[in-house]
Amino acid sequence: MADLYLIVRLGGERLALRAADVDSVVEIDAPTPVPGAAGHVVGLSALRSRVLTVIDCLRSVDPARSVAEGAREAVMAVVDGHPYALLVDAVEDVVEASAEPRAPSALSGGWSRVGRAVVEAQGDLLLLLDIDALIAGPTREAA
Amino acid sequence: MDDLINDFIAETREMLEALSGEIVAWEAAPGDRGRLDEIFRFVHTVKGNSGFFELPRIGALSHAAEDALAAVRSGAREPDAALVSAVLAVIDRLGELVEALDSGEDLASEDDAALIAALGPDAAGDASEKASAHHPNPRATRSIRLPVELLDRMMSGVSDLVLARNDLARRIREQGAGGEVEAAFERASAIIGELRDEVTRTRMQRIDTLFAPLPRMVRDLAGQTGKQVVLEMDGADVDIDREMIEMIRDPLTHIVRNAIDHGIESPGQRRRAGKSETGSLRVSARQAGNQILIEIADDGRGIDGAKLVRRAVGAGLIGAEKAARLSDAERIALVFEPGLSTAAQVSDISGRGVGMDVVRANIERIGGLVEIHSRKGEGACLVLRVPLTLTIIPALTVGAGGRTYALPRSAIEEIVRAKAANVRVESVGGASVATVRGRRLPLVDLTGLLGGQATTEPGERSLVILRPAGADLYALSVEKVHDHEELVVKPAAPAIMATGLYAGTTIADDGKPVLLLDPPGIAARAGLALGRTEPTAPPTAVSAAETGAQAILFRTLSGGRMLALLAAVQRIHNVGPEAIRSGGGRLHVALEDDLMPLVGCDSAPERPIGVLRISDGSREIGYGFDEVIDILPLPEGLIPAAVPGEVAGVLLVAGEQAELLDIHTLLARHGGRNDVSCTRPLCALPAGDPFMDAIMRPLAEAAGYRVVATGSAESAEAVLVIAADELPPELPPGARVVRLAPPDRKDAPEGAVDRYDRKALLAALEGRPARGGKRRNG
Repeated sequence: MADLYLIVRLGGERLALRAADVDSVVEIDAPTPVPGAAGHVVGLSALRSRVLTVIDCLRSVDPARSVAEGAREAVMAVVDGHPYALLVDAVEDVVEASAEPRAPSALSGGWSRVGRAVVEAQGDLLLLLDIDALIAGPTREAA
Repeated sequence: MDDLINDFIAETREMLEALSGEIVAWEAAPGDRGRLDEIFRFVHTVKGNSGFFELPRIGALSHAAEDALAAVRSGAREPDAALVSAVLAVIDRLGELVEALDSGEDLASEDDAALIAALGPDAAGDASEKASAHHPNPRATRSIRLPVELLDRMMSGVSDLVLARNDLARRIREQGAGGEVEAAFERASAIIGELRDEVTRTRMQRIDTLFAPLPRMVRDLAGQTGKQVVLEMDGADVDIDREMIEMIRDPLTHIVRNAIDHGIESPGQRRRAGKSETGSLRVSARQAGNQILIEIADDGRGIDGAKLVRRAVGAGLIGAEKAARLSDAERIALVFEPGLSTAAQVSDISGRGVGMDVVRANIERIGGLVEIHSRKGEGACLVLRVPLTLTIIPALTVGAGGRTYALPRSAIEEIVRAKAANVRVESVGGASVATVRGRRLPLVDLTGLLGGQATTEPGERSLVILRPAGADLYALSVEKVHDHEELVVKPAAPAIMATGLYAGTTIADDGKPVLLLDPPGIAARAGLALGRTEPTAPPTAVSAAETGAQAILFRTLSGGRMLALLAAVQRIHNVGPEAIRSGGGRLHVALEDDLMPLVGCDSAPERPIGVLRISDGSREIGYGFDEVIDILPLPEGLIPAAVPGEVAGVLLVAGEQAELLDIHTLLARHGGRNDVSCTRPLCALPAGDPFMDAIMRPLAEAAGYRVVATGSAESAEAVLVIAADELPPELPPGARVVRLAPPDRKDAPEGAVDRYDRKALLAALEGRPARGGKRRNG
């Protein structure tokens, strides 16, 4: 049970992503906006010869908030063949969980949509985020 | 061994595909030795392989077919329809068996014997031994079999390579590099370019593979429906992206089925319609630029627009009022609406409700478009326009709101500058309209639509005129036109596609990501009522002065203010004096190769004027004017004219009076250019005079008259009488008389025209004084 988790900082909280779902950690240029797209889709960014769709993870949780101005650190993940850059406030480290993930206790607002489980690592309890839900953003709820 | 079996299966499949056309061709021309040999070779090969792989059923079937065909080859048997059908049945069964072999299923075998029995009428002779003649299969080129996925991965890799090269090129440009590095890069770059072309070519396949199954299909369908159909195919050697072929296969099949099931009539119906009993179906492909055009034309009954409209109204797709205003093209385009089928009865073959809407959706998904033309009673023609390849598309990069976007070049009609002389941009009730060389187009401002900081004045912008897939033209206003680029387009993430505005993403030469705009999506977002969503009111309604109608306010040549219903105005032209001629007591104007009566001016103008092209679909006139003042909703409160005439009444527009044209009266009075014999003024000429017959008659006809002989019954109606020596005893009342001087010009009556003075003759015909003092009489 050597589940690895990537710890990111988002909206003042430390959160976890399943390392197996993560392609790499990248630093992106200022994204090219996509007019008409949902608010959490910040734009496009070119990484080598690939076009990443940049997602503001905090806005995906709460449309009223967004990641720190000038944040450039992103977690790259490929979902259904499309590469995404998940913009976070900061990327911390990869850690090994010290216990099985547990069902999360009552979560508020957008967190209940993106929070998949609670994992324990390095003595801290971290909310495990669901990448698909982050990419889908709040629009899915509205629909 | 498994590999060998797989090869056998693949090879047999390929041969079967290639063969289906041969069999039908052979049936049509049983004496064609080449076809027979092809089919023989196939069963022979299959028979040989079946022995090797120990496949007894395939062996027995192919052996029997080989025997029968060998008898035909040796002349011992005539290939009749029964034999062809039997051979077809065996080949079908062989195909089934091969598929079953592939999937590992068992196929019931009880009727193999019946198939074999059907091959031999009674005595197929003992021809089996002759069949051992060897036909070496000539292979012009060496080939290997590759999984398609491998080619796809290669293509994707090469696409990335091209992008990486572009990225590197940009960095070298920015940061500079030594000459040697640049030279090495140039070399690598050239090789990558070639590689890309080569790999693109590996994905290309002859459209043949798409056409090969058609002869068989047409034959079977014609048989099922009791119709006679001749299939003509052309352009099978056009190359097209393999992926495209897969995307086109179903739509093409559907269209061909439709053509035979609904289009082509039964032999009896065709005979009654005066056509040959055998219908013709033509499928052709050709390359035009970066597009492949596939045309499917039949000579059947065409698409019944009226029936479609009834169905559409019945199904609640459009309102009855709107339906009444549809143009012919729009009626026919209803065939693309989901859930409409004109088949009187739903048949097995087509008309199940999944129809042309699916065809159009599939073609549009690959960036193509479907055009449909139909003439009732004469047939229908569908054109599929599809891009050559899916992955690398020629695009135009444009700027709007400080950002860069790409437009697929295939959708671009032309690019004009907003301040060019023949371009006018107007705002009509909040909607923008661009008039480009007299053509009115809805205008979409890209910056306004997509946001961003506008950096140019409206007058500095460019208008990109787009023809979105299956919809009407519109103009897209962009701030900058950057460059033509070949872009490697990748599908965008679902969150981006959900906007409906984009067709994909790409990386421009400067390394920045660029969104590829989707022209139909842009139009839909801008709220343009394009053909796809809502058939719009075309400029055909004549006098429907209903609320919401748009009118054009213009200044007449005599300085008055006049309104015309916009719906009846086809085009607005600017014409020079040379396009306007008087003839037969009336002015005519030549507009785009069409000659029509010109109303609204009393004499031929000496300066360029504007002309409204007014039409109800059959009759057409030009209406001369000075300038367009505005396009506006038709105001209410018409005071009808006291006397019905060319002016329907008077309206108040912005506090000033304006007259509303009565288009119905105009067209009724002047627009009769189609029924020439009734409306052309008559000219009477003395019969039997060689000069009159050979010279005057063509001149008079060219001037717009219908010529009759002087003294005939009709000549009593003549408005112009041409006479030489003697005046006819009775002149029609009010007729103008032109007298010709005698050839020697002696004793010419007063006012006679010199018959060799062409200018004077023409002037006399047109009823105007000629220069040089020669006067007309009357």
